[in-house]
Amino acid sequence: MNIKESDIYKALELVMDPEIPVLSVIDLGMITGVSLEEEGVHVKMIPTFSACPAVDYIKQNIRTALEKELDTKVTVEIDREATWNSNRMSAGAHEKLKKFGIAPPQLQQGEERAEIELHTACPHCNSDNTYLRSPFGSTLCRAIHYCRNCGYVFEHFKPLG
Amino acid sequence: MTKNDALARLLTSMADDALIQGHRNSEWTGLGPIMEEDIAFSSMAQDKIGHAWALYRILQEDLGGQDPDTFAFLRNEKDYRSCHFVELPNGEYDFSLMRHFLFDHAETIRYQQLRNSSFAPLRPLAEKLKGEIKYHTLHANAWITQLCRAGEESYARMQTALNICFPLALGIFEPDNEAGEILTAEGIYPGEAILKEQWLDRVYNLCAAAGLNLPAEDAVTPVYGGRKGYHTEYLQPLLEEMGAVFRMDPQATW
Repeated sequence: MNIKESDIYKALELVMDPEIPVLSVIDLGMITGVSLEEEGVHVKMIPTFSACPAVDYIKQNIRTALEKELDTKVTVEIDREATWNSNRMSAGAHEKLKKFGIAPPQLQQGEERAEIELHTACPHCNSDNTYLRSPFGSTLCRAIHYCRNCGYVFEHFKPLG
Repeated sequence: MTKNDALARLLTSMADDALIQGHRNSEWTGLGPIMEEDIAFSSMAQDKIGHAWALYRILQEDLGGQDPDTFAFLRNEKDYRSCHFVELPNGEYDFSLMRHFLFDHAETIRYQQLRNSSFAPLRPLAEKLKGEIKYHTLHANAWITQLCRAGEESYARMQTALNICFPLALGIFEPDNEAGEILTAEGIYPGEAILKEQWLDRVYNLCAAAGLNLPAEDAVTPVYGGRKGYHTEYLQPLLEEMGAVFRMDPQATW
């Protein structure tokens, strides 16, 4: 089989995040480069949060999925040069997150922002009459908010600069 | 002393602080005053230990150091460079919260500066960590502000905690003249004295907004010693507990 770069990206779309199974590593913007080497395919990736406990698991999943799809040897490396920020997530990822019940991260424009404390749109009713209950949630990448409009407590994928 | 020796001292101090503070944070798991605080301190524990690991990895890969787990868990007490501030037991929630507030603002200032370091491996890491710690300071600021407005007893406990924590927090910036001169001359970072000034400015303003009086620096004696390997009586038992599982079988894979 003659592997093209686009085949690699297509196969990567099948590798889902273990904590948010509706998002692929492509949706999340975790892939920083792919290359075709003589000995196989090489993928460079970055974790979302530096202490993410799922990194080794994701690396393993990428290897397994790509080896199956592309029938070649696959190596995965953590890219030390690049850092992840939440603007790397695709527009499609924002929609998928919302459907999954998690408010997507606001686009980061500058440095610090306090806006996330208020007005994060509720993924259930779209109201922005909400407030931050805690900047920490069930995983490192999530915060907990409360919606005054519909009364739901909801999770939010934190914006990260 | 070579530039790399000086760098290793700085990175070891930063990493050891994050590791020990992370371990202390983890001791709130299951014991927080409300569930959100349980989750917050547990999450910050995970972050801090991850940050320590990333720094130990730079020590290994760029400065010829040991494997991060071995270095984190198998050193002798005197080879740790953590400040006394992070070693102290959690005490009550007021002390833990105030320590978290003062420590995380110090880390913010440090990583802000290290984004421009002449030591390339630190730059992307500092950028990343600064973004993550933003949520730690957001958490600390919110609770300090709220508890200062929550009545007389609550306010008094915050002020008392600040008075106790302040001399200890100055120990984060314990000078290391020999390494410090090299690091400043080489453009690694501006040095502890400048970081401390920036930190004082920052926490002074936040304290003022919450109605807290930050003690004057010259009215207290900074608690030094950790950066030279002299530790509190609390570090050794902590190290024993933290490394107990690792020492059972250092070669085990997970």
